[in-house]
Amino acid sequence: MKLRQGQFSFLPDLTDDDIRVQAQYAIDNGWAVSVEYTDDPHPRNTYWEMWGHPMFDNPDAAAVVFEVNECRKEHGGTYIRVIAFDSSPGWESIRMSFIVNRPADEPGFRVVRQEGEGRLVRYTIESYAMREPEGARYA
Amino acid sequence: MNEMSNKTVTDAKKRYSAGVMKYAQMGYWEPDYEPKDTDVIALFRITPQDGVDAVEAAAAVAGESSTATWTVVWTDRLTACEKYRAKAYRVDPVPNSEGEFFAYIAYDLDLFEPGSIANLTASIIGNVFGFKPLKALRLEDMRLPVAYVKTFQGPATGIVVERERLNCYGRPLLGATVKPKLGLSGRNYGRVVYEALKGGLDFTKDDENINSQPFMHWRDRFLYCMEAVNRASAATGEVKGTYLNVTAGTMQEMYARADFAKSLGSVIVMIDLVIGYTAIQSMARWARDNDMILHLHRAGHSTYTRQRSHGVSFRVIAKWMRLAGVDHLHAGTVVGKLEGDPATTKGYYDIFREERNPTALENGIFFDQEWASLNKMMPVASGGIHAGQMHQLLTYLGEDVVLQFGGGTIGHPHGIAAGAQANRVALEAMVFARNAGRDIWNEGEDILRDAARTCTPLKQALDVWKDVSFNYASTDAPDFAPTPEVSA
Repeated sequence: MKLRQGQFSFLPDLTDDDIRVQAQYAIDNGWAVSVEYTDDPHPRNTYWEMWGHPMFDNPDAAAVVFEVNECRKEHGGTYIRVIAFDSSPGWESIRMSFIVNRPADEPGFRVVRQEGEGRLVRYTIESYAMREPEGARYA
Repeated sequence: MNEMSNKTVTDAKKRYSAGVMKYAQMGYWEPDYEPKDTDVIALFRITPQDGVDAVEAAAAVAGESSTATWTVVWTDRLTACEKYRAKAYRVDPVPNSEGEFFAYIAYDLDLFEPGSIANLTASIIGNVFGFKPLKALRLEDMRLPVAYVKTFQGPATGIVVERERLNCYGRPLLGATVKPKLGLSGRNYGRVVYEALKGGLDFTKDDENINSQPFMHWRDRFLYCMEAVNRASAATGEVKGTYLNVTAGTMQEMYARADFAKSLGSVIVMIDLVIGYTAIQSMARWARDNDMILHLHRAGHSTYTRQRSHGVSFRVIAKWMRLAGVDHLHAGTVVGKLEGDPATTKGYYDIFREERNPTALENGIFFDQEWASLNKMMPVASGGIHAGQMHQLLTYLGEDVVLQFGGGTIGHPHGIAAGAQANRVALEAMVFARNAGRDIWNEGEDILRDAARTCTPLKQALDVWKDVSFNYASTDAPDFAPTPEVSA
């Protein structure tokens, strides 16, 4: 199973140069780029761990690629994404988000069904990796 | 035209003596009037009957859409009638259209109930559209003052929060309408939803006339669709949605269906324009109260938006719907099978998505419009579009749009999931190329061909639909600019 979150997950894995080009697009638009990582890839896990602060005032995407590689050294077995934040009025949220690192094995998710009254089913989606405690997943 | 005869009669005795008087003389034509910042302004295209003076026709429209009746009434004098009279203040001939005029009419804010599209429209498009001295009448645009805009809820969710809820950034959203639009059972219907979402779409959609028919009752559809949504979400690790159409015969029934959709965990429900303005506002309020995205299918709009001479422009409907509070609204594709030239469509998209619309006659926008931080609406492009047009769609429509490939997903020769994957790969490749600085308008076909090297379904889609385009003259192009050629 390949996690399809982010804006480029249906393309071949991005090279460092691809990452630089896309991050530079964000920077040229005035957006602050950050690096985040997680071992909980649930689609509603909003808060991935921050690899430092958003890189406000950074003009050069090479610095983003450098931080991605630093993050890989410590968390290469997990998911890493690059996001771009736009602080302009009326938006003040994320403009870009793409995955730049994945665990070697992605076991995916299972659907948990709780059958209720009548034919009502309450659904939960659970990552197989979440059976292990934080830090021990994807090891 | 005879200027004297259109002068307002100011002598009260003459003005209010019983009988019939020209609308212009009654005070509905004020060429020196300067609209106040708080006035609602309407721009009508009027086609007077032969022999009817354009200024008198404009004054009549102002009169009939505000306080006037066909004869003088003394009870006007019990009111601050000068304030309540709408004022036609400008009449211009329409370029290249003999016999048609643009009439600008200003309305005092106190003529309208706060927060009610029904009340606004009962005046502005009420009796006046059947008025005999006019051959035809079209409401082209409106300026809605900030003081009035602020009395409306606006889109329940808005583009930014919708993206946050869906965890989807940086690219257009992808959808598909389930086909055939009528006849599938609930179980078969859910199959289409599952395949399309698993293949790479974000949304699937009920069609406008899928409600609760003998072949598929609504509860069955909702249950099977949500099974499909959750399975697809697990298969991809993404948030997925399907627009469950809750349109029904009564508000009670619509609320019941919407509540059921919510209880199943759906992120979105859908309604049709034909349910009416008050029903739309009610559902927008429900959606805001229940953290639900609200999709509006503009079923029926072409009966009054399409012809240039008579009806209501879609840009006005778009403004009303942004006030009313829907999150999604169909707005044309430019390149697909349904009406819409590039310049006019750009005007619609700007009304949906911008904080402020400056006057842009070339896009059919006649007024500066401030949206006063009302949420943005997500435009939906649907109808005869396919993966091979991705560079054109991204160029014309931008990033904040739902691209809906119904036939272009389900009609793929190797199945629905393959069709969905083809669309998603084409989309991501095109966004990637644009961000990387490539000229996607001119290099689009090369970009798609390159992406297809590692994606067989995209290659198959490009082969099947490579020659499909819809090139017809538009029936509703702007009056102030030549219509560019659309080629696909």
